[in-house]
Amino acid sequence: MSLLVTFVIIVVVMTAILGINSYLILLERKTAAWIQDRVGPNRVGFDLGLPFLKRLTGGFHFWGLGQPIADGLKFLFKEQVVPAHVDKVLYFVAPCVAVITALLSFAVVPFGPTPTSANPDVFPFVIAPNIDIGIVFVFAVSSLAVYAIILGGWASNNKYSMIGALRSSAQIISYEIPLGLSILVVAMMTGSLNLEKIVARQAEDGFFGWNIWFQPLAWLIFFTAALAETNRLPFDLPECEQELVGGFHTEYSAIKFVMFFLGEYTHMITVSYLTAILFFGGWHFPFIAEGDSTYPGATAVKILVLAGKAALFIFFIMVLRWSLPRFRYDQLMRLAWIVLIPLGLLNLVFAMFVRHWELSRWWLLPISVVLFVAAGLIGTLVSTQEKRVIGHAHQA
Amino acid sequence: MPIKPEEVRWVAPPRMGLWERLYIPAVLQGLGTTLSHMVRPAVTQQFPDEEPKLPPNYRGVHRLNRDEQGRVKCVACYLCATACPAHCIDIVAAPSPWPDREKYPEIFVIDELRCIYCGMCEEACPVDAIELTTLYDLTGLTRREMLFDKEKLLSVYDQTAAAGTDPPRTRRGRLGPASEPLVPINQLGPSSGVGANAAHPSDNRTDSERAVAAKASSEA
Ligand code: SF4
Ligand code: SF4
Repeated sequence: MSLLVTFVIIVVVMTAILGINSYLILLERKTAAWIQDRVGPNRVGFDLGLPFLKRLTGGFHFWGLGQPIADGLKFLFKEQVVPAHVDKVLYFVAPCVAVITALLSFAVVPFGPTPTSANPDVFPFVIAPNIDIGIVFVFAVSSLAVYAIILGGWASNNKYSMIGALRSSAQIISYEIPLGLSILVVAMMTGSLNLEKIVARQAEDGFFGWNIWFQPLAWLIFFTAALAETNRLPFDLPECEQELVGGFHTEYSAIKFVMFFLGEYTHMITVSYLTAILFFGGWHFPFIAEGDSTYPGATAVKILVLAGKAALFIFFIMVLRWSLPRFRYDQLMRLAWIVLIPLGLLNLVFAMFVRHWELSRWWLLPISVVLFVAAGLIGTLVSTQEKRVIGHAHQA
Repeated sequence: MPIKPEEVRWVAPPRMGLWERLYIPAVLQGLGTTLSHMVRPAVTQQFPDEEPKLPPNYRGVHRLNRDEQGRVKCVACYLCATACPAHCIDIVAAPSPWPDREKYPEIFVIDELRCIYCGMCEEACPVDAIELTTLYDLTGLTRREMLFDKEKLLSVYDQTAAAGTDPPRTRRGRLGPASEPLVPINQLGPSSGVGANAAHPSDNRTDSERAVAAKASSEA
């Protein structure tokens, strides 16, 4: 029975994710257009160019909402170009790895209320409920996604793809560390790695129990590192169109290319859900979705609240893309190794102090701010510009 | 030649203060910029539904002007074909059937696909027979269709003249300088040829052009 339920949940969630993905691509294009004072895709309706459907819809274009369907069909029916110089097996394995890892990591992410010790008979809105290593599982699986990029870059047998793949591996290895450090703090505060427990804990404490109040710094580190993990701008060095002509996916086309894309967008959804769950109270929202709300439809409201929070972060990531320029590679590495990792470590140490002496959690807020400003101060004092200033010697 | 070290000027980037080193304020400022653009009305002109607002001196499809009697104005002098940087004008001249000119174009073809719409032909033409109109949406199913011949170019003239969309630079209806009788030199002003205030009726140069010309002739 429960196997059947799980199966149904898997089918529903996977379908929803794939559907949402295609509309996220439309949203991304629309966001780009709005930010650039354009209109964006608004011509493709649901008639797919078929005369009888055209008559049915009256030729109305539905503000471009048919675009994802048209795009998907186009990619499906496009010619499968396989360059002669690629490693045939790995070339096909890579996009599959991208999709599988991305979808798999969503398995332990709760997308609605889940049973807790307080009210155990809630329907579990998660594919694999009650996994105690939840968050570790997510990052273990999603960092496998780097194999997709490395394999894709390697199998393409192309210098640009190779450089993209190399960049990606270095980037993901570097950013795993701050990512882990920032999550450790949250796990330590809750005393569990289980995502459902982390949400339940925040929901119990109400609006001012959300982790963001105690861990703004951890959130910042988490979000930055997560952007780097998902290869989103400003950290999209593996694919940067301008220097690497697309990087690891240069040689990919048609449905194989789409699979890389799906992987990236699924990652984005997972990261946004995780941000909402780890730092912003999950499905909790003051008054309308409290832990003890039992009015009819409360479950639906909770699911929507969580989805809304995640949607906000997805939108934020998209706006960020058009606001920040891409990092240079040395800047990217420097940010990870000499800013985020020390900051994350110090933050962790201070959180340990607070836990050890059982101080109020509110101590963590000023500590975060002080750490952040101190990092800025150190950066100002020990500026790396000295190196270039030596050049002035020639001028004399 | 190698660059000498003392010729190299090193430029240090401006030092960043604490506020800039925190980066978050700058990121927020950037987000503010992008978000403020999101609520602005789009500048997009939705082409087939909406006519684009072109500047009046836009250079689009060519036309061949007609003279007062409705004949093609071109005298087949090949100046436009010579001036054309894209070599897209093909003219075959023939003895003119009319007594007032020697030649006329028997065939006059412009390859609109090859044309770069630079307007050189219009500038070169001594009798102002060829002009670029503001028509921009020319389409065709074949390359052959995009070879505009004399009849088509004349019909472009008829269309634009009827619609009142003459290019603002046009001199249609007025004769070009080369097709006018020579003015005897003693009828011109004292020292300047065509002075700033003694503008020839067919002279529609701008005031500044006239001033330059007057200056040049007084210096000579
Ligand atoms: S506009 Fe320029 S390129 Fe076109 S026909 Fe005239 S001279 Fe040639
Ligand atoms: S320059 Fe003018 S008159 Fe001479 S051939 Fe061209 S269009 Fe005809």
